[in-house]
Amino acid sequence: MDLTIGPNQFFWSAETVRDFYARMAQAPAARVVLGELVCSKRLPFWENEIPVAIEALQAAGKQVALTTLALITLKRERKLTAELIELGLPVEINDLSALQLLPEGREFWAGPLVNVYNTGTVQFLARRGATRICLPPELPLESVAVLAQAGRDCGVAVEVWGHGRLPLAVSGRCYHARLHDRAKDSCQFVCGEDPDGRDVETLDGEPFLAVNGIQTLSQSTATAAWHIEALREAGVSSLRLSPQSRDFPEVVAGYAALIAGQTTPAALADTLRDSAPLGRLSNGFLTGPCGADFSETA
Amino acid sequence: MMELVCPAGTPASLRAAVDAGAHAVYCGFNDETNARNFPGLNFSPEELAEGIAYAHDRGAKVLVALNTFPRAGGEVLWHRALANAESAGADAVILADLGLLDYAATHHPNLRRHLSVQAAAANPDAINFYAATFGVRRVVLPRVLTVDEIRAINREIDVETEVFVFGGLCVMAEGRCSLSSYATGRSPNMNGVCSPASHVVYSEETDGLRARLGDFTIHRTPKGQPAPYPTLCKGCFTSGEQTGHVFEDPVSLDATQLIPALAKAGVTALKIEGRQRSRAYVAEVVRSFRAAVEAQAAGLPLPQGALARLAEGQAGTTGAYAKTWR
Repeated sequence: MDLTIGPNQFFWSAETVRDFYARMAQAPAARVVLGELVCSKRLPFWENEIPVAIEALQAAGKQVALTTLALITLKRERKLTAELIELGLPVEINDLSALQLLPEGREFWAGPLVNVYNTGTVQFLARRGATRICLPPELPLESVAVLAQAGRDCGVAVEVWGHGRLPLAVSGRCYHARLHDRAKDSCQFVCGEDPDGRDVETLDGEPFLAVNGIQTLSQSTATAAWHIEALREAGVSSLRLSPQSRDFPEVVAGYAALIAGQTTPAALADTLRDSAPLGRLSNGFLTGPCGADFSETA
Repeated sequence: MMELVCPAGTPASLRAAVDAGAHAVYCGFNDETNARNFPGLNFSPEELAEGIAYAHDRGAKVLVALNTFPRAGGEVLWHRALANAESAGADAVILADLGLLDYAATHHPNLRRHLSVQAAAANPDAINFYAATFGVRRVVLPRVLTVDEIRAINREIDVETEVFVFGGLCVMAEGRCSLSSYATGRSPNMNGVCSPASHVVYSEETDGLRARLGDFTIHRTPKGQPAPYPTLCKGCFTSGEQTGHVFEDPVSLDATQLIPALAKAGVTALKIEGRQRSRAYVAEVVRSFRAAVEAQAAGLPLPQGALARLAEGQAGTTGAYAKTWR
């Protein structure tokens, strides 16, 4: 089992991005997926950092893939996707329309926002050239085990959401703009004010969700730390760690120690809580009654 | 004339919709193979066959929704549903899952395939992918597009498009939302349910009625006011200084007045949401919309206000179609 750093879901400054990937080059992860996942309007602000990051990551021996947008609607976004594919690096598809633009036979990865729920879908994607699939976070452990087996049978590496705020939904509407009473087209990039998304609580003050542009995330930070053995037994080959603004290098190092058997979830728990936004963890999608649930006896 | 595609949660609703003038009715089996898997709703294979015979005798089509994502290891339930739909004489199946589309194209090549809104195909590339790969003949468009975008899509594709014009409104990209399973463990994609009633708890408090979904408060309604069902994305929440409907106001979609614009945009079929609604509701909505599409086809002004009573207590919205979100 190894580690994959997922694409940063949030809108960070170019300088923050540069610093982040310079650190990731030194982190104990096997591969990194980067690029703009959530909003094409953010890209001009940091796209110049992408080649710099690719170079640093590859020089450090990491496999690098570029993600598509999560929701491709505009003509400009379709063109952007076609250009992304032409760069020649592995592409992680997070909107299926990219499959139409991908040359026949070209290898690709399927990201967690592609609906892969069953063996038939794994087999179909494998036939189309998928070599790696990160499963949707809502899948229970029993499904993960079936799909990891299906992946092994057709040469596809199966990855599972290992850490980070859960990507729960995408919309045509921008919630950051809506919360600021602005239209999507004149958002003034307010999502940049919230490096881990903007927290949403219930009327009773319970932490619940977080909005990030057109995306809705969990307020809690999901962690597979308590399920490493079960996932390994199920045949999962990689854990996906999703970037957050605080102490991410320590988080990656913690999971690396965990899969190497050098630490325990209990010993890692403080690091995870201290770095997570509002300090709340969840792990209910894998074995709990609901995604928001957290149990240390998983 | 634009085709009117109407919901039927029960055999009685199916007959009511056909009698009221539906060109096509869509329905599902009474299990997790469809995205309205509610207690007391939907069809057994025998009921479906009878319903299809009733519709065909009166010149209406029946489309069968198998629009959830088959459970890993449980695919046989969905495969059996496909076979049952075909042998019952369904005019088309409405599918969302890649694996199931692939299976249907291979094992039931003569069964017409429509792409469910749950597949969230929101641009011409996605639609052309499904058409080229699985022979999909019609796409139900996600409710995130404007009329202009729909027109542009129709210029670049060779398959029919169907759009929602009335009823409940998903504000998230359909089929790509796990908010419900985050709060309850049950989701549209996996279980065919969203914000399920089994996880709703109402409690009377001093300041009114509190509605919770799982462990989360979705609404607080002052005493004496009608309490909306606690659908997660239509809930009232707080973010920083703001309290309100963070994701969506509790409105329902009414795009009646956009029917001429949608026709011009090349849309083939108009869809009415609401397989969970009563037979009387279905009949009334279908009658109104049949009058509207007939007026549209004849170049006459649309009948005004026919549906106001059905939307009573709930504000109507034209959703994304009229571009108010941009």
